[in-house]
Amino acid sequence: MINLELPQKVLTMQQMSRMGAQTFLRPIARKYDKLEHADSVPELQPLAAMINGRSGNAATAATAAGKKEDGIKNANNMMGIVSTAEMAAGCCGLMLSIPGVGLGNAAIAAVGTPEQKEKWGKKYCAMAITEPGTGSDSANVQTTAKLDGDHWVLNGEKIFCTAGQRGDAIVVWATLDKSKGKAAIKSFIVEQGAPGLHLVRVEHKMGLRISDTAALLFENCHIPKENILGSPEIADTEEARKKAFGGVMQTFDNTRPQVAAMALGVARAALDITYEVLKKEGVELSWAGSVWSVPAIEAELYRMEADLEASRLLSLKAAWMADNGQPNSKEAAICKAKAGRTGNYVTLRCVEILGNLGYSEELLVEKFARDSKIIDIFEGTQQIQQLIVARTVLGLSSRELK
Amino acid sequence: MAGEQLFDLTLSEDQRITRENMRRFAQSEIRSISKKADLDQALPAGFLRKAADLGLALLPIPEDFGGAGMPRSPVSNVLNAEDLAHGDFAIALAVMTPQGFVNTLVDQGSAAQQEKYLGALASEEFVPATVALMEPRATFVPEKLETKAARQGNDYVLNGVKSMVILGASAKFVLVVADAGAEGPQAFIVEQGAAGVSFAKEEYMGLKPIEVSRMTLENVKVPASAKLGEGEKAFNLQRLVDLSRLAACALAVGTCQAVLDYVVPYVNERVAFGEPISHRQAVAFMVANIAIELDGMRLLVWRAASRAEQGLDFHKEAYLARVLCAEKAMEIGTNGVQLLGGHGFTREHPVEQWYRNLRAVGILEGAAAV
Repeated sequence: MINLELPQKVLTMQQMSRMGAQTFLRPIARKYDKLEHADSVPELQPLAAMINGRSGNAATAATAAGKKEDGIKNANNMMGIVSTAEMAAGCCGLMLSIPGVGLGNAAIAAVGTPEQKEKWGKKYCAMAITEPGTGSDSANVQTTAKLDGDHWVLNGEKIFCTAGQRGDAIVVWATLDKSKGKAAIKSFIVEQGAPGLHLVRVEHKMGLRISDTAALLFENCHIPKENILGSPEIADTEEARKKAFGGVMQTFDNTRPQVAAMALGVARAALDITYEVLKKEGVELSWAGSVWSVPAIEAELYRMEADLEASRLLSLKAAWMADNGQPNSKEAAICKAKAGRTGNYVTLRCVEILGNLGYSEELLVEKFARDSKIIDIFEGTQQIQQLIVARTVLGLSSRELK
Repeated sequence: MAGEQLFDLTLSEDQRITRENMRRFAQSEIRSISKKADLDQALPAGFLRKAADLGLALLPIPEDFGGAGMPRSPVSNVLNAEDLAHGDFAIALAVMTPQGFVNTLVDQGSAAQQEKYLGALASEEFVPATVALMEPRATFVPEKLETKAARQGNDYVLNGVKSMVILGASAKFVLVVADAGAEGPQAFIVEQGAAGVSFAKEEYMGLKPIEVSRMTLENVKVPASAKLGEGEKAFNLQRLVDLSRLAACALAVGTCQAVLDYVVPYVNERVAFGEPISHRQAVAFMVANIAIELDGMRLLVWRAASRAEQGLDFHKEAYLARVLCAEKAMEIGTNGVQLLGGHGFTREHPVEQWYRNLRAVGILEGAAAV
């Protein structure tokens, strides 16, 4: 039955996340935005303990959110949207700095062996895909991995690795054989301190400043043979190769809605502060008339709310499909595209509406605007999402529509 | 129970079956006549009689009055509006307008009014009935009505001018919304042929196939029993406005889906510079953005409708749906024309007609309440 309201259990989770974000993240958001490169954020420890304690019960989370007799589920993906949005509304940069919840953890959870999950599951694992010459075209990875006895030897350079400095380990994409294309790309778990792993620098950024974005160099970096994720075999038929890389890309179907949720959070946060300030000036939404019969500022707020609501529902839809085992590549791209650009639009407009107060570092609105920019870039840029949607809708291959 | 219900986008079995019927009707009976009706500025004879077989108006009428006695379902109505408007926006609007009158009576009419009027509408014929809310002036908002209703003994006397009355003069019953002074906005059932009522055909850039009229009320006397509701219970104008906006939005979703379904094969087949124009990102991204915004529109409409169906407050949700759909429907309409280039501007293709119809989404008030 069509119902777009969240069930009580998801709402409870939302309340908890909101409380956590407003208690632990929001009060220190400005401090760490200014501090930028901290080795770690001690204030995040209690939050990390809470979250990691909870994810220990991940197996029961699917039923915790609820399941109906007809099999429809509201499970982990939907919970993720709701909690990520709340955490990002506290501070997106700090959210990405919470120890233990890295993208690498997601990869290990998705494809790791029981032994790998046991060994790395509780550690803080980063993910390194991007290279100086490889961004959206992640199939073009140049970093190599070669088997040498009981070790893999990695060579290459990675950039934009979130938690690459603070993480306990890094999941690294590398190719076993450049001539074999996508199918030869595998991922490897590299522990901090591995011989040949060097931290080159931590980036200075427009937003998400407290989150450590590392450049890493792998110089004959030796790691144990068992640290490969998935099979070391290279698929030998065209079909099998496609499938192998397709499997890798499929993880984006789960992660893109979660990144869209970050945009929901920063946009909501900017709007809420904007309402608070405007209320003092006597500006409130009447929810009456039409956008042509109310002041321009009110009309603009309705437009922002409408675009944000569309982004929210699209993200929930993509997550709901994932929770219910429906293929959602198109919907994941749609929600990321809509939420990504809406995050930029809403936060920047809030800065503009609030004038010098919005532009000022007195409030957090300008910070949310800076933070929002990257959300429309990482995990697939706006343009990549449009490309995916276009190819799906038009039924075109990546060769036909480049 | 609200709160226990899961987030769910699955249609019910009934909705799935109905959807197939609606789509078949939209394709074979509506799309096939859409262009000629637009040029003729009239529906072919017998069309509305055929549309009555869909049974839309009958659905929510209680069995006691000869209806199907189905529970009120704004969600199902929204789905029907989407599917019918895939055939043609204006024709779907006409088909759904009597149902809007029925829904408003089911929601807000007294027992006596339901018995009298719903009985008449529970027919195998197409019984035209409509709502007259809009007034002919710029920046019209439903909150400020210039049509007045004055109490005189046991009667009300109505004076004013109404605009965009769908089905117009052919309507057997018109629910006229007027400002009743201290009583606030009220709705009155005015029967066909009432003294002092006159209709004039209005011409718009779109909605060409259907009757859209200006209705002038000069000292039109109706009994107090024609005032919607019972006794002092206030008429809920907001509910009518919100449900009618959702109808317009759902029609927009259907027509925008038609735009998308039309431009996809076109850009895949149209060759320029040696390959289909869909192979160019400038073109492909326009198509992608239609798909992206369309899905957002649909979800906002569904959410507001599902809240209405569950008895939850849905005013803000309907308001936002209207804001988004009015803006994005125009964008999608104009891009539908743009993607076909000069061909889109000609009447060889339906996109220019859809564009003209979609302009009404942000303007229509009162009609076809879901």
